[in-house]
Formats: sequence, C-alpha cells, structure tokens
Amino acid sequence: MNYFKNFFIYLIIVLLIPLKSFSLIEVDITRGNLNPLPLAVSPLSIDDKSKKSFEKLLKEKNIGEEISSIVENNLKTSGLFNPLSKDAFLQEPDIANLKPRFEDWNLIKAQALITGKVSNVDDKLRVEFRLWDVLAGKEMMALAFTTVPTNWRRVGHIISDKVYERLTGEKGYFDTRIIYVAEEGPKTKRIKKLAIMDQDGANNKFLTLGNELVLTPRFNPTSQMVTYLSYFRNLPRVYLLDIETGMQEVVGDFPGMTFAPRFSPDGKKIIMSFAKDGNSDIYTMDLENRIVEKITNHPSIDTSPSYSPDGKYICFNSDRSGYQQIYVMNSDGSRVKRISFGKGIYGTPVWSPRGDLIAFTKLHKGKFYIGVMRTDGSGERLLTENFYQEAPSWSPNGRVLIFYRETKTDQKGEGFSAKLWSIDLTGYNERMVKTPTDGSDPSWSSLLSN
Amino acid sequence: MNRSLITSSVLHVIVIIITAMSLPFLSKKPIDLPPIVSVELIQITEKTNIPFAPKAKKIIEEVKEKEKKLVSEQAPPKKVKKKKPDSVPMPEDKVKKVEKIKEDKQSPEKIDNEVKQVSEFEKKELFDPNNIAALIDKSKEEKANVVNKTDKVTQDQVKNFENKGLSLSEEDALKAQIFGCWSIPLGLPYNENLLVRIKLELKPDGSVIKSEILDHVRMNKPGQGFYKVLAESALRAIKLCQPLRVPSTGYERWKELQLNFDAREMLEG
Repeated sequence: MNYFKNFFIYLIIVLLIPLKSFSLIEVDITRGNLNPLPLAVSPLSIDDKSKKSFEKLLKEKNIGEEISSIVENNLKTSGLFNPLSKDAFLQEPDIANLKPRFEDWNLIKAQALITGKVSNVDDKLRVEFRLWDVLAGKEMMALAFTTVPTNWRRVGHIISDKVYERLTGEKGYFDTRIIYVAEEGPKTKRIKKLAIMDQDGANNKFLTLGNELVLTPRFNPTSQMVTYLSYFRNLPRVYLLDIETGMQEVVGDFPGMTFAPRFSPDGKKIIMSFAKDGNSDIYTMDLENRIVEKITNHPSIDTSPSYSPDGKYICFNSDRSGYQQIYVMNSDGSRVKRISFGKGIYGTPVWSPRGDLIAFTKLHKGKFYIGVMRTDGSGERLLTENFYQEAPSWSPNGRVLIFYRETKTDQKGEGFSAKLWSIDLTGYNERMVKTPTDGSDPSWSSLLSN
Repeated sequence: MNRSLITSSVLHVIVIIITAMSLPFLSKKPIDLPPIVSVELIQITEKTNIPFAPKAKKIIEEVKEKEKKLVSEQAPPKKVKKKKPDSVPMPEDKVKKVEKIKEDKQSPEKIDNEVKQVSEFEKKELFDPNNIAALIDKSKEEKANVVNKTDKVTQDQVKNFENKGLSLSEEDALKAQIFGCWSIPLGLPYNENLLVRIKLELKPDGSVIKSEILDHVRMNKPGQGFYKVLAESALRAIKLCQPLRVPSTGYERWKELQLNFDAREMLEG
C-alpha cells in the first residue's frame, strides 16, 4: 500500500511539472538587419628584424600592414562587412594579438576583430591570425600559414576567405583569379588578348600576344585550366590552356561558327555550340578520347550551354519559341523545358555553383539587364540595368557575379570602353573591377586553395 | 483480481482528474479574450506614452493647425454666398447670414477647445513620468490619481497574467529591439532549417544572466556548420541588445524567456 502511495505522489509530481514549463514565454524573432557587420582588422604585428628582411625581399615597407589591408579591402568589397577605421583603434597590434581588451573594441562598436603576427622563419613568411568575437569575448578561430614570401598577397586572400566562411557560413571567394579578354585600341581595330589577374585586380598578366582574336575564356571548375576560343587563319579553334604551366593545346578545329566552350563540372568534358549545315546545336566533347556527341537536335539556334553543378542538367538558350529564351534539359538532351517566360530576350544562362540559381543577360526595350532566376524559372530578379552589358560569371561560392559593360560611342566613334563589373545577389553592391586595359568576357576561377 | 481492478480504475480516475485539473486550457475556448484586450489597452498607454509624448503633442498641434486651415478654407464659400446674389435679399435672410457668419467665426475657438480637451486628456496619462516638474501644483491631484490607476492595473495584470505570455505591446517592443541588433549572416543556405532556440535567464532590468542554445547538439554535427554561424549571430544579437526591453512589471513571468531566431523568412524573401 505504501508503494502505491509513493507511486501516486510521484505521479502527481510528474504530471504537475509540465505546468511549470508552460509558463516559459517564447518570442519569435523572424527579422533582422542586413547591415554589413562592423569589424576591426588590426594591422598584423611584425618584429623589427622580420620587417627589415621582408622590406629588402619584397620592397614592401610593412608587410603586416599590407596583408591586413588586403583582408580589409576584400571584406569591404564583399558588402557584408564594414571594416572600421584604423584611427579609432585603441590597442596596439602586438598586444591585441596576445589578448585583446574587448572593452576597447566594444567601445568602437566592432563585433569581430582580426589580429595577427608576421614573422620571418628561415626566410619563409609565417603568418598567424586570430578571429575574435568581441561581444562574446572569445576566440573564434586561430590559424597559421608558412609560405614563400612572394605569396604574401595570397595569404591575405586566404585569411579573408577563412574569416568570411567563419562569419557568414559559406565559403569565401577571395583566393581566386579572373581570366578575361583584355582589349585595347579603337573599336574597329581592337586588339584582344587573354589576361588573368587576382580577384582584386592585382597581379595582372597577359597570356596571349594579341595576334589572334580570342573569345570566351572559361575556367575549369576543378583545376586551373582554361578553355577558350581563338581564330587561327580565320578558323575558330577551341584551345585548352594550363595556367600553371602555360601549356596550350588545341582541342579541335570546328569549321563553321563555334561558340562559348565551357567545362563540365567534373572538368572531363567541354560543352559548346557550333553551327553545322547552317544550324546551331549543342555538342559535348570528351577530353580524354575526343569523342564529340550531339546533345540537341532541333532546327532552331541553340547556344550558350552551361551545366548544373551536379552535372545532371544543362541550361542553354534557344529561339525555338520564336524569341531567344532559356531552356533546361537533362544532360543527355532529353526533357527540354523552357524556364524563362518574361518579356524580352534572354541569353547567356549560367548555372550557379551553388546550384540554386541561373544567371542570365536580358534584353528588353533596348536595355540590357543582368539577372538571376531559380532553376525552374521562378523568382526572376534583375540585378542591374545598363546600356550594354552581358556575360555574367559566378564567383565560386555563388554569391557574386562578374560581367562586362560597354559604354556608348559618341558620333565620332570615340568614347567606347568595356569594363569589368561585379555585383552581388542583393543587387546593391555593384563595383567596377579595375583592370589596366579595357576588359570583357570575364570568367571566375574556383578557389585556388581548397 | 478484484484488487488489481480497483487499483487500476482508481489510478485511471486519478490520472483523468489530474489531467483535467492540470490541462484545463484544453477545454477552454479562446472566447474569453475581451477582458485581456481591455487590460492591454491600458498597458499600451502605460508603455508607449513616455517616448511618444512629444510626438503626441506634435500631432495635436498639427490637428489644431489643420482645423484652423479648414476653417479658413471654409471662409470663401461665405463670400460666394454673398456673391450669389441676384436673388432678392430678404431682410430675414440677411440676419440669418450674419448669424451664420458669426457662428463660423466662433468655430475656430470651439475646435480649439475640443483640441485642448484632447490634449489635456492626453497629458493626464502621457506626462506623469516626464513632466512632473513642468506640471504645476494643481495637477498633483490628477497625477496621484493616475498613479493610483496604473498601480491598480499592474496589480491586476500581475494576477491575471501570471504564467501567461507577454502582451502584444511588450512582445513587439522586445522584438523591435532585437530586430535591430541581429545581423543575419547572409551566406546561410535558405532551404535548411534555420531555427535557433535560445533560452535566457534575465535580471529584472533585462540584462542576461545566462543564455543557452537549446539545440546544442546540432552545433557540432558535420554538415551543419552554418547552424553554428547562425547560433553565434543570435547570441551576438542578444549581447548587443542588452539590457533587453522587458516589461517593467511581472518579473516572475519573464525571468526565463525563450527566443526563437528564424532567419528563413528574411533569406527567402
């Protein structure tokens, strides 16, 4: 009987406990702000000895400051961060790296802090950096790199990527390069060369001499290979170029018009369109055995193919409905489905590396737009409008698009220019990418360090 | 056999009774809300008056001006009436017109009075905390009354709302504050579950004693790296917002609070 008594008491207690938990008030927070996160990039500290040795080697006065300014610039251009002015910093870099006084950083409203140290270890550049959560007063990340001193810019980009990833939850895109067609001279007599540069415009290099016309360079998503189209004796040829070694290779001659070769996501195939017997269709070529396969078979003009990142689908444009529109099909050419239904002409569809969106160029009422839509064609958003712009290419994390924009020529045929621009998915963060010459047809590489 | 039957039935009966007692809200229909609404109205004034007092003043002044304007705009028609004219001006009509005009002229004052009344009414409740110094002695009595009133209300409210949620205005105040503090990490995948539940223990002034992420296990699961980023951003928001804008009364009610941060709506939109 006693057992039952205890049991009842226990039962009553158990049943009454939930009553207490009902009293916990829940508040749903479904909105926040999208303002850039204020953060402080403290200059990386450096001892005098290392400073002098690097100054001799790299001709840079203070390599610590230079690296931190690369990080600062990268984070700023992303539009997601607001690096605070160094004038407001209260703590010296060397002390901040050991243990930041969070109250000081809190005072200037920094929510995150980057500190670090540069040193010379056996003539190598060693960079340590730490990311601090100022509000929580704790370290979020600490990493160290050792590399040849000439790689100092890349170290800045890698740090930016790590910080970006840690604070936003997606991979960064700073340790990347952009290949583009550098243009010089008057519009009627343009010299076009292949050029490559870091994503921030530094380290610009020309890869071809400009004797032949080059078009549509595209990066292999898995390595530092580029495919592009060049005219040799007035015949279009598809080339492969290894950027690391400089080796160039002809993939094949394609008589007639060939357009826009692009790699498959695994880098083993090239997909392109070329005109045979007066009809443009989409073809793939296996790079190992050079077997060409016809993917579309339609009397209309099918061009600009681009694979989805999983390789299962292909988006392309076609005028089979009367106007040029965007279509999606399986990678074997089956189940072709039109996805763009808006007013105007759609072109150059490019599948995002994230897989969720397709970027495109749209021409409507004489204006060019760069926009994105979901892969089923819904949610079309136009990000930017201009007189002439086209050829968007995605950053490897699928957040930023780079494209080129041309200006009108005046009546004398002067004033023409072509520049590279970038815009992020919000549509607010639009920037011109500085290049030494005019530029067009940019393509963004994948991350150099994975 | 019999004994076990009896114990079983007794047990069942007890369970049913306890359930009926401890879960009464199940049987209740949410019809008896009206009293809550009325109390909330008072809360709204109690809460929102202070910051909006100057605003209210402005609005009242604007109303005044508008009314004046309206009056002046009404004036022209009178002239039109005069112009109107060829119709034979009967002496009686004239008298009437004069009277009308007089009335119209007086109308601004009337409206003024009305507005003043409104403003005084507002003042009674609006100004008690801020303008104590500004109010002259004679208003002390009124003020005392108001204080008494609000005291009564809060006592009732504590009784009524023990173990119940925040009122709408209280919740809105808290939400609005945290909306401003929460920088949503933009890189999150928006087709994932982006809900972070954080349980807070609060001091009476709204500062946080303890914050705890309820789905802590998920933080370190592979492939859920974005969740950690999201959770950290939510914790940052709470730290940034401290002290939280909590109601001035009923500490027992909200000393423990759960905030559900959901980024999906923002990222999808």
